[in-house]
Amino acid sequence: MKNRNPIWDFFASVKLALFTLFFLSTTSIIGTIIPQKESVQWYSERYGEATANLFRVLSFTPDMYNSVWFLCLLGLLCLNLIVCSLDRFPGVWRQIKADNLDTPLNRLEKMEPQCRWQLDNPPESTTSALKIFLKTSGWKAEERKLDNSFLLFAQKGAMTRTGVYIVHTSILVIFAGAIIGSILGFKGSIMLPETKSTDKAYTFDTHSPINLGFEIRCDRFNVELYDNGMPKSYRSQLTILENGKVVKEKAIVVNDPLSYKGITFYQSSYEPSQDFLITITNKNTGLSETAIIPYQQQRSLEKNGLRLGVVSAEAQGQSVSKIKIWLNDDKGAPSLFWLNNGEQVTVERTKNSYTVSAKQMYATGLQVAKDPGVWTVYTGCALMIFGLVIAFFMSHQRIWLYIREETDGKNSILMAGNANKNKAGFEKTFQALSQIIKKV
Amino acid sequence: MNSSQLIGITTFTYLFSTILYAVVFIFKTKRLGPVATIFTIIAFLIQTAGIGLRWLESYQMGMGRAPLTNMYESVVFFAWTIIFIYLIIEWKFKTRIIGAFAVPFALLAMAYASFASGITKEIVPLIPALQSNWLITHVVTCFIGYAAFAVAAGLGIMYLIKNTSETRQAASNDTTLLGSLPPLKVLDDITHKTMVFGFLWLSIGIITGAIWANSAWGTYWSWDPKETWSLITWFIYAITLHARYTRGWGGTRIAWLAIFGFISVIFTYYGVNFLLSGLHSYGSSN
Ligand code: HEM
Repeated sequence: MKNRNPIWDFFASVKLALFTLFFLSTTSIIGTIIPQKESVQWYSERYGEATANLFRVLSFTPDMYNSVWFLCLLGLLCLNLIVCSLDRFPGVWRQIKADNLDTPLNRLEKMEPQCRWQLDNPPESTTSALKIFLKTSGWKAEERKLDNSFLLFAQKGAMTRTGVYIVHTSILVIFAGAIIGSILGFKGSIMLPETKSTDKAYTFDTHSPINLGFEIRCDRFNVELYDNGMPKSYRSQLTILENGKVVKEKAIVVNDPLSYKGITFYQSSYEPSQDFLITITNKNTGLSETAIIPYQQQRSLEKNGLRLGVVSAEAQGQSVSKIKIWLNDDKGAPSLFWLNNGEQVTVERTKNSYTVSAKQMYATGLQVAKDPGVWTVYTGCALMIFGLVIAFFMSHQRIWLYIREETDGKNSILMAGNANKNKAGFEKTFQALSQIIKKV
Repeated sequence: MNSSQLIGITTFTYLFSTILYAVVFIFKTKRLGPVATIFTIIAFLIQTAGIGLRWLESYQMGMGRAPLTNMYESVVFFAWTIIFIYLIIEWKFKTRIIGAFAVPFALLAMAYASFASGITKEIVPLIPALQSNWLITHVVTCFIGYAAFAVAAGLGIMYLIKNTSETRQAASNDTTLLGSLPPLKVLDDITHKTMVFGFLWLSIGIITGAIWANSAWGTYWSWDPKETWSLITWFIYAITLHARYTRGWGGTRIAWLAIFGFISVIFTYYGVNFLLSGLHSYGSSN
């Protein structure tokens, strides 16, 4: 045995792992009971000055899960995993690569399960027949000639011994992804009124502006409702512009974001505004004009030479359903008419006829995220599931067949085997296999 | 006949199943065993039909969505999964007595779904955040895990009962009531296997939840109370696996951990909605 370093042993121990996991689970509870990411005043009002101060000193608030001590616990878990794996993996690798034909005979004689029987055929032909049989039934088989005997070894799933290490590595990969995301990425939001564009987002935590490196415009925002009034969809028609040129367009809904140059825009909220977007087309001349008109204000539309205003509206909550418009082209008395939000009507005037459409305007609330670590995290997750399936449901199974020419001319065979997991299951496999082998 | 009625019937059939399994267990009427099994299978099929019909009804109402999205539906699905996993265990390990400890969990879930106040049975359409295939994967995988942990807790209870009585009487257990329970070693083994199975599905459940959150909000993990509690639960079972595998824990300790872990599951699933605040919609939608 090599000289063990006590510090190394400490970090390699499973006891430490149990302690860390236990400590992580108990302390995690705190942040689920004390609401996180609230303001200083909020905590003082809720818990009183003294308690709020104590929470702050202990970093329970405002963001316990990113506090130094909590991150240290996670770091300890990682360190534990790394040291533990480095400590054990070489041994496991030696077992995977071991020359099992070197296994001493006295170990085979004591191994469980095992069985023995007499053979009619000479060892040489028996060995080669068994080897072919084992290979065709999916075992990796090899043989060695000893003095007056043969040792045949076959195994399955040697690599499954790495399953646990795949699981442990996957946790480190997930942490690596999270670190990449927190260093190179950002999380922010934008409140973007319809028809407007911006090249900045504002971070969640400090509300500082981030340059996107391109412009994003919200062309339209729509709320669709179910018959019972529940929201069915929030949809923003977005356009990405670079140097004034359109480079990408997409209508996003919740669960279906838009990504451009590593930055992703998620539909997250909206705000109704007091403005209306009105489009009017002269049917005779084909002249079309769009204007943003604030509630109960009159605006002139120069091209068509007319004046327009929204005099009244009906709303469901904050969402306007019907709009009443006043329109005057100074040819005859002004027109007053209702139309449904988002729909189009035709207005007949003495000289001209117009199609008019109107909708309430919104600002769309977008979450903006750049997280170059996501795919690392997902890779870690996939590795974890892969590793768990191997660790839980697969095992390394080994069998040895020792075939010997006895002095009396008879031949005997000793079959022994073992598995690193699910021993009961292996015994069944072993018995079934030995029945077949006896007949080969 | 609508889905709520079918699902309502299931509550009573599971009650009857529970009684049958209890009779088999207490009075050792082995002949009733197959009856209990067949009855449970029928109840399970009725419930399957109920859930399927509810799915169909949602299409007829013009909103077509999997019946897995509010407290009522998830509790019903939870009960369904418990029975499903129990039936597999009964078939695989050839023992019926476990039914007396596993089926009651499904009964409790169904009774809660049917009779608790403040649970809406209406089929309501999905708000935008819930319109995602990841949601369905997330709910299904989590609940397979939860149901396995429920069964493991039932097995843990069996283990503890049998263990205390054996240490008290120390002999001739075939004559006692608990003699009909599977041997402690077998119980210990099935408990462990069930927890391992649950752990795999809980892991997948947490991962699919993270993927869903990322596609909806751009954050795969935000330490919201429900997420955090699912992680706590996951840690508890990770501790259990390591304690058993590397430190040789077994028997009573593992049985207690199975029960303890399930309490954490219940809190993750239920307590968080009512005692803490968070993103998840179950409970808040009623
Ligand atoms: C949350 C984190 C962890 C998870 C999900 C995890 C998962 C697993 C799994 C699934 C197994 C296989 C158990 C079985 O086959 O029944 C295992 C085994 C093991 N784990 Fe972990 N583990 C974690 C953390 C750790 C840490 C921090 C250590 C550090 C010492 C550790 C040390 C071990 C050891 C030594 C084994 C036994 C390996 C063997 O001898 O085959 N684990 N782990």
